[in-house]
Amino acid sequence: MAAIRIRDVVKNYGKLEVVHGINLDIAHNEFVVLVGPSGCGKSTTLRMIAGLEDITGGEIFIGDRVVNDLPPRKRDISMVFQNYALYPHMTVRENLGFGLKIAKLAKPVIEERVNEAAAILGIDELMERTPAELSGGQRQRVAMGRAIVRHPQVFLFDEPLSNLDAKLRVQMRTEIKRLHQTVRTTIVYVTHDQVEAMTLADRIVVMKDGYIEQVGSPLEVFEHPVNTFVATFIGSPPMNMIAGRIVKKDGHFHIAFQADQTVPVAADLARTVTEGQEVIFGFRADDLMPDEHAMPIPGASSRLRLKVDIAEPLGTETILFCNFAGKDIQAKMLNPRPVPPGEVMDFSLAIDKAHLFDAASGHNLRN
Amino acid sequence: MTQADVASTANIRPRRRRRRNLTPFLLLSPAILVILFVVLLPLLFSFYTSFTGYRLIKPETLYQWVGFQNYQRIFADKNFWAAFGRTVLFLTIALNLEFLLGLGIALLINRITWGQRALRTMMMFPMMFSPILVGYQFKFIFNDNIGILNNALQALGLSEGAIPWLVDKYLAMFSILFAEIWMSTSVFAILLLAGLFAMPRDPLEAARVDGCNPWQVFRHITLPFLMPFAFIAMTIRSLDVARAYDIVDVMTGGGPAGRTELLWTLIARVGYDNARMGQANAMAYISILLSIAFTYYFFTKLIAARKYMGGAD
Repeated sequence: MAAIRIRDVVKNYGKLEVVHGINLDIAHNEFVVLVGPSGCGKSTTLRMIAGLEDITGGEIFIGDRVVNDLPPRKRDISMVFQNYALYPHMTVRENLGFGLKIAKLAKPVIEERVNEAAAILGIDELMERTPAELSGGQRQRVAMGRAIVRHPQVFLFDEPLSNLDAKLRVQMRTEIKRLHQTVRTTIVYVTHDQVEAMTLADRIVVMKDGYIEQVGSPLEVFEHPVNTFVATFIGSPPMNMIAGRIVKKDGHFHIAFQADQTVPVAADLARTVTEGQEVIFGFRADDLMPDEHAMPIPGASSRLRLKVDIAEPLGTETILFCNFAGKDIQAKMLNPRPVPPGEVMDFSLAIDKAHLFDAASGHNLRN
Repeated sequence: MTQADVASTANIRPRRRRRRNLTPFLLLSPAILVILFVVLLPLLFSFYTSFTGYRLIKPETLYQWVGFQNYQRIFADKNFWAAFGRTVLFLTIALNLEFLLGLGIALLINRITWGQRALRTMMMFPMMFSPILVGYQFKFIFNDNIGILNNALQALGLSEGAIPWLVDKYLAMFSILFAEIWMSTSVFAILLLAGLFAMPRDPLEAARVDGCNPWQVFRHITLPFLMPFAFIAMTIRSLDVARAYDIVDVMTGGGPAGRTELLWTLIARVGYDNARMGQANAMAYISILLSIAFTYYFFTKLIAARKYMGGAD
């Protein structure tokens, strides 16, 4: 059983602390994605699990063992690197079998495992080529094959798709998901691409500046971001964020923006806010739709009349860029029709799905 | 287009093409001419003299055609083959030791983070001296009466009498090898260090995760990556060592009793001291075959090793 426990793990480079005592439990067979902007410590965390970086403080458990002082080869892990990291002087077959040869397995066993991995990844026909003769996608498959032949307890992926072109990336993403469903092993996957995180993960770990901001299933993180950072980082297009202040109008709380525009506060938040509180109002493009091009809105809604500056057609939907209270915001239009710039449209805003964040701390007031 | 038009364009086109084909050769002609006069003509001339009884002190012998007589004499000459064998042995030992020492130095310097540039420069000092000076330096170090080595050994009580470093037939060979290796190990070190700098980090980490201990990482990943660099160094050095002359001439002069005679000291003796240039040139041609053989060998190794390095990042 290979659950991973990370306890108060700290990483220093010289005097610079880059990971600040993080805690994380990864269950057996779980697919966990560490996601965050570059420099957030996600790769460092992965490399500490792999044993390629020393752990400055805290403990990492793989299974029941503390692995802090174990070299990578004794941790029973496999890793797929961003640059594939294939052995250039070996053929694909030798690349796949290398780890098993080092482990001194019998030749027939190596043969069988290598063929099995090649079949899973569909690289049977490339076996006698060298890495130089492969395309990017093929190299990435070989790198994954090299990871799975060893039947490790844990797979580690360090941004494996970021060197591939967009189309191949989507294809390989599906293959990685399928691979996890076939081999059922604990996977820790690092990426800066939130779409990859959303599509692959059982649970997403959002990191920033060496701290874990939020851990949760993709939908949890999407629908209930704990703070403004997670709210803007996860989801595409990013959540609209507008600074405002709580005011009382007709006995109900409203959020007042500049130019005297107001939006009512959702009923469930009425008790959390106080009059005069500085807040950030956040809502996704999906929750602001023009009339006749919208889905039915559950709960309360608010009417807005906005001028469309730019329309970006995406096929099944069009993203509308509008100006609201001095901020550029994005709305989504379903069943789109051509929208000339400058057209004024009537929108409905789903109040109950919108978020309120404390302006000072950035925390979501709903949590 | 009429028949006449077709015919006239057909006439013009080949001429134009011919003129265009000449242009590269025209542009290259200065280089071609220089190579012709500096390399090819002397080469042909010396090749011709190897079939004559040409003696430097008798110019008229230049036209004394003797056929394969020089070559026949060399093939029967024990001294020549002894020098030939000695050169091959010298080359083999020097190249292997220089490779091992250079590899060690490169690996050590690669690990240094502070003062690496200074060390890299210092490492190349021996290469900056003229081989003749290196020869004199070691001639004095190894001298049995006044040499610092014997002096040190005796002062430390490690040796009773004076060790005849440059006189004993094995020790003399050892001393020359020592000087040669001292002077040129940095060729290997610098090329292998360049290889280490160019080495991608990912495959090393992948190998560590794949279960390799540090020795296995070195053996299976680092060393194969460095071999093309080693083969380049070996090609350069094999040409260098195969024509070793100055150090040997200064330190032992090929002595004692021809025990350290290498191909080129022998050739120089036959050609200049004995003035038998025809025979010396015949020897030189055979020894060039040796160099070509070594170069060819290392280049095939190099190509085999490089085949896998191209493009795999």
